[in-house]
Amino acid sequence: MDILQQVGRDQFRTDFPEYRVGDTVKVHYKIKEGGKERIQVFQGIVIQKRGAGVSKTFTVRKVSNGVGVERIFPQHSPNIDKLEIVRFGRVRRAKLFYLRHAKGKASRIKERRRFTA
Amino acid sequence: MLGLIGKKIGMTQLFDADGKVTPVTVLKAGPCRVVSKRSVEDHGYEALQLGYEEIKEKNCPRPVAGHFKKNGSPLYRYLREFRPSYGQEIDAYEVGTELKVDMFDLSDTVTVTANSKGRGFAGVMKRHNFGGFEQSHGVHESFRGPGAIGQCATPARVFKGTKLPGQMGNERVSVRHLRVMKVDLENGLIMVKGAVPGHRNSLVLIQKES
Repeated sequence: MDILQQVGRDQFRTDFPEYRVGDTVKVHYKIKEGGKERIQVFQGIVIQKRGAGVSKTFTVRKVSNGVGVERIFPQHSPNIDKLEIVRFGRVRRAKLFYLRHAKGKASRIKERRRFTA
Repeated sequence: MLGLIGKKIGMTQLFDADGKVTPVTVLKAGPCRVVSKRSVEDHGYEALQLGYEEIKEKNCPRPVAGHFKKNGSPLYRYLREFRPSYGQEIDAYEVGTELKVDMFDLSDTVTVTANSKGRGFAGVMKRHNFGGFEQSHGVHESFRGPGAIGQCATPARVFKGTKLPGQMGNERVSVRHLRVMKVDLENGLIMVKGAVPGHRNSLVLIQKES
């Protein structure tokens, strides 16, 4: 098993801040089209993290023009240019699928208090 | 086809330069040593006999140890023969040559042979992907059975080759044309795209195509 973990570990991205489910994040994702590369920003709430090792992924949900949009990113993808945390959220679930049919007040997430030195 | 003996480590994934994910199987292969050679004159066919995984003398059966010693080789747990495919020459491989994963290049294709995972005496749904029957709507007794397996008085027998329950898996399976995605010379690892038969740590034969 160790060899497998090592193969995965060699590809890890360690340059991201530690984010949790419930946080609002901005994912700067590199998109290659026609030989050109540009960066697209996807901002939304992290509603799940799944998998382990290199195959770990996270799902970001946003509501765009009244339509819910979810994107799944591989956590260790070299195509993620940058990941910023916009807001720390406090939630009591590991998976926030209830947001898919929560409306108005129910879809709010409390801000997480953090220690500031 | 010439190749190496190795072990299956397991599956993981690799990101390429574009960020695309490729599923790969990690295999630990070699180093293998040419223990002896088969020749047309002496044996009627050509092949390289490779040894893999050294063992202590006390763990090696006497007659087998004799075979190794005759050729001045260390003792190995596994001995397998590789026959050259059309156009391949084995003259360059002397007895005692060590073969390592560097014989594989990126984007080579390989054939991987191993014993598949045993599934025991399996029913027809698992073994042949039959549909089975409905779980309700009046179906009784037979939920996972094969249904009808033939006709009546003519031919009054079941045709050979009819798909029925039986032993599934634990047989020698080869998967061809697997692309080599990465070779790690330092650790003797080779990563091929896709799945490979067998469980973790099962013995695999990796043969170079072309």
